Amino acid sequence: MDNVAERVKKVVVEQLGVNEDEVTNEASFVDDLGADSLDTVELVMALEEEFDCEIPDEEAEKIATVQQAIDYVSAHMPTKDA
Amino acid sequence: MKRRVVITGLGIVSPIGVGVPAAWESIIQGRSGIGRVTRIDPSAYASQIAGEVRGFDIGQYLSMKEARKMDLFIHYGLAAAMEAIADSGLHISANIAERVGVSIGSGIGGLPGIESEHQIVTESGPRRISPFFIPRCIVNMVSGHVSIMYGAKGPNIAMATACSTGTHSIGEAARFIEYGDADVMIAGGAEAAISPLGLGGFSAARALSTRNDDPEKASRPWDKDRDGFVLGEGAGVLVLEEHDFALRRGARIYAELPGYGMSSDAYHMTQPTPAGEGAARCMRAALRNAGVAPEMVGYINAHGTSTPLGDRSESDAVHTVFGEHARRLAMSSTKSMTGHLLGAAGGVEAVFTSLTLHRGVLPPTINLDQADEGCDLDYVPHQARKAEVEVALSNSFGFGGTNSSLVFRRFKV
Repeated sequence: MDNVAERVKKVVVEQLGVNEDEVTNEASFVDDLGADSLDTVELVMALEEEFDCEIPDEEAEKIATVQQAIDYVSAHMPTKDA
Repeated sequence: MKRRVVITGLGIVSPIGVGVPAAWESIIQGRSGIGRVTRIDPSAYASQIAGEVRGFDIGQYLSMKEARKMDLFIHYGLAAAMEAIADSGLHISANIAERVGVSIGSGIGGLPGIESEHQIVTESGPRRISPFFIPRCIVNMVSGHVSIMYGAKGPNIAMATACSTGTHSIGEAARFIEYGDADVMIAGGAEAAISPLGLGGFSAARALSTRNDDPEKASRPWDKDRDGFVLGEGAGVLVLEEHDFALRRGARIYAELPGYGMSSDAYHMTQPTPAGEGAARCMRAALRNAGVAPEMVGYINAHGTSTPLGDRSESDAVHTVFGEHARRLAMSSTKSMTGHLLGAAGGVEAVFTSLTLHRGVLPPTINLDQADEGCDLDYVPHQARKAEVEVALSNSFGFGGTNSSLVFRRFKV
């Protein structure tokens, strides 16, 4: 799971152009990390790409913090071959 | 009496230099900015040469997060606008913000961005289209971003009149000031279309030079061996101000912009009218608007793209408008060095024409080894020349037969 959190944070850093230490689990994309509505759409697309999953729009709207992104991705990642 | 318009700031991104000092030095030296295309592999294209901007780093102007949301023409336009505004020394404070507008157009807009996003939708489907795709590529986004960055709350427009774009953008902006819609306008053009469809499209129209083995000699306006224009890219932006507004704040003034004229050929999609009839009407309209006699014009920064038909017809038009005085004035084409920047051409050429008046130097037409039959004006061949000029014209003519001319005048209080 730590690996998922790190990968999510890396995507956030790249997409939003913020420093790693700003990207805490509690951070809100809009309120804390300076994202606007288009930034969050693009961020979700980048997460889909990174984790090879599809996040439906109605689910994407609920992902507002780093922790929520980690939780969603952890629950919906395609299961890997052993 | 109409409100007077003066030029107080200059900015440029071009194949012969990023920033006004570097670009003007290239003009003085008669240096070509044309080379083999590096942006894409050009080997399958009829024309494999272009004037590419070199040594440009958008990271010096914007955060990479912001830069990713803009196609290349916006990077160029913003960089030129930032230089022009800094050069003018104008601070856009809250109490003048509503009197400051922007008019920076583009002939084509974000063509490279459209091409790459089309590849994404084709290969991966519509869900992978970036939410920034449209605002990254649309033509008016240089004007949009400049207004957001500087808080310029006045008129905000963007012309798209092909190769007349830059000149129309500046001329219309000057009218806004004359008419009282604004006291300051940031105006010019930006272009970045050296992409598969840009290079391929102009090649397909047989518009481009194919002198692929000798790129620096390819743009040769009025020369008998010219064989088409060379694609260029970049941006040119001016800060225009109402005369009294500029004087009150003690601004440095490069030149006055007393006249602007337009016309349409109403003739053909890409070819000029015989004997430059449309171009002649355009120059006359600009001189009439400026209230200056043709005999006062000492220099013309020509459209002069190095195409067989266009160069000849512009020369013919100058004979029509100026009569015997045509032999006494000088006309050069800075496209011989920059290539043709399409919608940005009028912007960079307005920068050069301002400096011609301000510094007293005529830019050369390089590569003009033997003037073609019927091309018999003083084109300032090969080398820049010192000359004090009172009035200068700058011409731009675009596909669709859309013509525009600006009149510049040495500044006197």
